[in-house]
Amino acid sequence: MQLLSKTKTGITGLDDITMGGLPKGRPTLVCGGPGCGKTLFSIEFLVKGATEFNEPGVFMAFEEKAEELVVNVASLGFDLEKLQKDKKIRMDYVRIERSEIEETGEYDLDGLFIRLEHAIDSIGAKRVVLDTIENLFAGLTNEGLLRAELRRLFLWLKEKAVTAIITGEQGEGKLTRHGLEEYVSDCVILLDHRVINQISTRRLRIVKYRGSLHGTNEYPFLIDEEGITVLPVTSLKLDKDVSSETISTGISTLDEMFAGKGYYRGSSVLISGTAGTGKTSIAASFANETCKRKEKCVFFAFEESPKQIIRNMRSIGMNLEQHVKKGLLQFHAARPALYGLEMHLASIYKIIRETKPSVVVLDPITNLVSVGLINEVNAMLLRLIDFLQGEGITVMLTALMGMVDEQMDEGVSSLVDTWISVKDLESNGERNRALYVMKSRGMKHSKQIREFVITDRGLKLVEIYIGPSGILIGSEREEQKLQKLSGKDLKDQQERKLMASRRQGNAASEQSKLKAGK
Amino acid sequence: MAKKQQTWELRLYVAGKTPKSVTALKNLEKYCETHLKGQYKIEVIDLLVHPQLAEGDQIFAIPTLVRKVPEPIRKIIGDLSNEEKVLVGLNIRSVNLV
Repeated sequence: MQLLSKTKTGITGLDDITMGGLPKGRPTLVCGGPGCGKTLFSIEFLVKGATEFNEPGVFMAFEEKAEELVVNVASLGFDLEKLQKDKKIRMDYVRIERSEIEETGEYDLDGLFIRLEHAIDSIGAKRVVLDTIENLFAGLTNEGLLRAELRRLFLWLKEKAVTAIITGEQGEGKLTRHGLEEYVSDCVILLDHRVINQISTRRLRIVKYRGSLHGTNEYPFLIDEEGITVLPVTSLKLDKDVSSETISTGISTLDEMFAGKGYYRGSSVLISGTAGTGKTSIAASFANETCKRKEKCVFFAFEESPKQIIRNMRSIGMNLEQHVKKGLLQFHAARPALYGLEMHLASIYKIIRETKPSVVVLDPITNLVSVGLINEVNAMLLRLIDFLQGEGITVMLTALMGMVDEQMDEGVSSLVDTWISVKDLESNGERNRALYVMKSRGMKHSKQIREFVITDRGLKLVEIYIGPSGILIGSEREEQKLQKLSGKDLKDQQERKLMASRRQGNAASEQSKLKAGK
Repeated sequence: MAKKQQTWELRLYVAGKTPKSVTALKNLEKYCETHLKGQYKIEVIDLLVHPQLAEGDQIFAIPTLVRKVPEPIRKIIGDLSNEEKVLVGLNIRSVNLV
């Protein structure tokens, strides 16, 4: 059985969703509205082909001038001039000026074929881009002839066995303005650029891919200084390697709650709680501990600036600055509203790929809701957690509860392996923090609620005291503790008495037994 | 008049000896003999032989007639079967009127 062979585009993420790339030796139609990134998409296809796969390419532009194009893509780090000099890429600009041209009688587009063939043969091209061939329709009046010629052109491209991208402007109710999809039917990719709630997102969808499986969703993509990145929902196959190694939480008393060890390496941890319950402090402790082990940690702060966090943590006896200086701890602060969710996700991906940390902290994820709908945020987190787990990176998320409704908790909690909840307990006119482990997959964890105190020497959990009226926390606990200390002698005495009475009791029962035996 | 003395430089791009190309050349020669006698030069370029020349004159259709001189450059695509259109396209009539 022969499967369709494919040509890798080299565009990050795209080869995953097309399961190997574009159909080899066939034309692919890339369409979308103005400014959707068609030209860039096709240029990247050529540049990657030339630089990564040793497949030279021809770019035939019907739209932008060749020189302009060189400048436009230079900002993405594509050196078209050098590639042209090295005979890796050949650019040909076809200029059709309606006012200069008169049509009389029959003609064909052999001139175009000859130009293209000459360009292909001169560098041994394997890839071809025609951007945007529909401009021919604007320059020539004989539409019937043009259509026939285009059909011939695409057949010819197939014969030439070049992998081609033909771009087309999106038309009303149609994929392309002049119905190019009729001729190029092997693979059609639609690019889209839309703005929802003032935040723009680019999306890509494979409309059609004859003879191949492909992802059918809309995939967000972005264009940054390195070109296009398509963000597929990374492996949802749940076949990741898991580690049974544990790493310390950075709070020794919290480690105790997790069978005395801490979190599993490569797992995901959610810290949820109401405002001011010390979520960031728990996260910072974990980051601190990671750096102490000489491992790298990336801290994404969506709420506070790095300096603020460092200052605040200093006040509880944590020196994060030393780790930053050593390069072990990296802070990345960005207001959520700065850009769309996808951009956040992509920049997180990128930073993680570059730094290769062992721990990632996102503080807090709930702030992201301000730029996306809850289900979108959940989807984004799903992708992120998936990606991180695939890389074996431990991730800690903090979430502010009470700000969003239950949906978020539900969505995220099923994703995470460990969930710690921090709560405010109000009693006796004071507010105290209580912490408990909601779940910890694959681990025997404590089910106890513990009091969580933040001291100037760090965080700790205090064994909860059970008094006659229930759990004692805060000053009540202190009181009980003092009582216990001051009453120690008294208690000792009492205990001795108790022991003595028990002994007596025992003796009495022995006697009664003996009696009964008689 | 200087303008009248000027030699017309015409270039006809073809791709092999196709019927369209042959018709175009025949038509062109006929019009030139009638309207530009003695003051024209026709250069026929076969792109099958010189494909590299197509880019310079922005040729995409075959046959294409390019008027190099007098400037500005004008292009007429097709087999030149419509005399009226060719003459207007090349601006021959107006020159003759001057």
